[in-house]
Amino acid sequence: MHVTELWITIVLFAAVTVMGFAAASWRRAHDGPHLESLDEWSLAGRKFGSWIGWFMLGGDLYTAYTFVAVPALLYGTGALGFYAIPYTAIEYPMVFLILIRLWSVCRKHGYVTPADYVRGRFGSPTLALAVAVTGVVATMPYIALNLIGIQAVLSVIGLSGHWPLIIAFAVLAAFTYRSGLRAPALIAFAKDALVYLMIVIAIIYIPAKVGGWGHIFTAANAHFKAVPPHTGGLLTSSNQLTYATLAFGSAAAIFLYPHAITGMLSTRSREVVKRSIAWLPVYSIVLGLIALLGVVALAAHVKPLVSNGKANTNTIIPGLFEQVFPHWLAGIAFATIIIGALVPSAVMSIAAANLFTRNIYKEYLRRQADDAEQARVSKITSLAVKVGAILFILLLQPQFSINLQLIGGVIILQTLPAVFVGLYTSWPHRAGLLCGWAAGMVTGVWMLYVTPNPAAKQAHWGGSSFAFSHLGMHTSVALYTGFVAVVVNLVVVAAVSVIAKAFRVPDGVDATAEEDYFTDEEDVTAPAVPPEVALA
Amino acid sequence: MKRTDRSPWNALLLIPIVLPLLTFVYNRETPKLFGFPFFFWFQLLFAPLAVLVSVSAFYLSRKKA
Repeated sequence: MHVTELWITIVLFAAVTVMGFAAASWRRAHDGPHLESLDEWSLAGRKFGSWIGWFMLGGDLYTAYTFVAVPALLYGTGALGFYAIPYTAIEYPMVFLILIRLWSVCRKHGYVTPADYVRGRFGSPTLALAVAVTGVVATMPYIALNLIGIQAVLSVIGLSGHWPLIIAFAVLAAFTYRSGLRAPALIAFAKDALVYLMIVIAIIYIPAKVGGWGHIFTAANAHFKAVPPHTGGLLTSSNQLTYATLAFGSAAAIFLYPHAITGMLSTRSREVVKRSIAWLPVYSIVLGLIALLGVVALAAHVKPLVSNGKANTNTIIPGLFEQVFPHWLAGIAFATIIIGALVPSAVMSIAAANLFTRNIYKEYLRRQADDAEQARVSKITSLAVKVGAILFILLLQPQFSINLQLIGGVIILQTLPAVFVGLYTSWPHRAGLLCGWAAGMVTGVWMLYVTPNPAAKQAHWGGSSFAFSHLGMHTSVALYTGFVAVVVNLVVVAAVSVIAKAFRVPDGVDATAEEDYFTDEEDVTAPAVPPEVALA
Repeated sequence: MKRTDRSPWNALLLIPIVLPLLTFVYNRETPKLFGFPFFFWFQLLFAPLAVLVSVSAFYLSRKKA
């Protein structure tokens, strides 16, 4: 047991807990502790400015799992694992113009979830249900993985058993219930400050201790030449396309995740969205440096902790900190990872709860649910979502969550035609979008299923690059599974839409008008909050 | 007046999107920088490039409006 690390972690966690509860009254001027609408509870009144928006989205998108898994990937697979760097650099320029349209139409019509928007645009509650269910299924394992991030730290500290994890998540559940999106938004300041501080220290301090960057890369190179598939430090000719499609597909997927859209919708204006997105790649610089710590861990001979006979590479970053940092610094680093898990977990559970409330509960169970009832249902559902994520960890192998998250990235991309393409054209027929979604889901999951991972001795769910040799082709070409699936999806959308239109199958009614996609702050006639509050 | 998000400056955004996808440009060891192989140090520049271009596009297209 590492006592110093444990105490520092507890103190910092306690400080953040206070922030989480105090956030309930942050930037709210009136009427007590009740947050009685989804706009208030889950979007903090839709009035965050650029600074808060930037910190909150950064804290939301760069999860604790990212911070432990990306370097772990580099540690395990070498150059191919570096795809997270181009991925997180291109994602923002890619959505820069798309998201402002989504923001506008959601602001105009009061949409809270991406499925709300799809329902309005294509007039199909069924298609909205498909988008909502996809979002929930993709989000749940992501929350579970953040728990794995926390658990990796706890096991390096030397805490065994599940109770510390349960306590941490119970506290998170309580302040999210009370404060809604304001809690992660406020905590994001603390999280991000800690992350920036730690990475500056780590990137200066650690390489010098390990023998300098030249030595680090030489050692890593030698390692990847020695172990199969003997690639050395670069991409091979066959995995360059995999690398590019992984980066492109993942970048297209990230802002389809409900938690990313929730964060984006909490901002005040189009200009805030644009400015936040423009500056967000700053976090990718940090991620790049963190990723390199995976290579450093190789050179420092950090070995992953072994549990149930399986090496858990997610422990290499906490392991590296423990090995080279003095105890107090390692303690701050561990607390950073744990606090880093709280922000995205809170936003994800809010986003998943909203999908349930808006697109299942209100749509199918209680049409007449008013704002207050919807907020109540969402708050309770957010608790249920967290209990579900805990059960993932307690009852199932961690590998199961990792597999599910792999599937999550592929399936969330299948909502791209309805959500992103829909922002530019209402041409696709609702039947086409539904068939395309189904086709993308089935082919995507099938491709993941047939992909083995010989290194981990897994016959299925072995990774997210699909080798075309599975189709009987004599080729070494492999592409990102989600990318292939969404191409299948788009082809089916187009084909079925043409057929449906030819046979005059009734299409949904578009509730949005072209000018709705340009709605801005000053156009919203009935403000979501009284003006005296907005000024506060 | 009909609103639009169109601006010639938006085309700038293609640079930080396309360049990182061209693996053949950076899949090499040399030239090294501070001990970093080209593959690593070059890709670390993508994120600052994205900030530079997006922030420029933001201000340039705003001025016009």
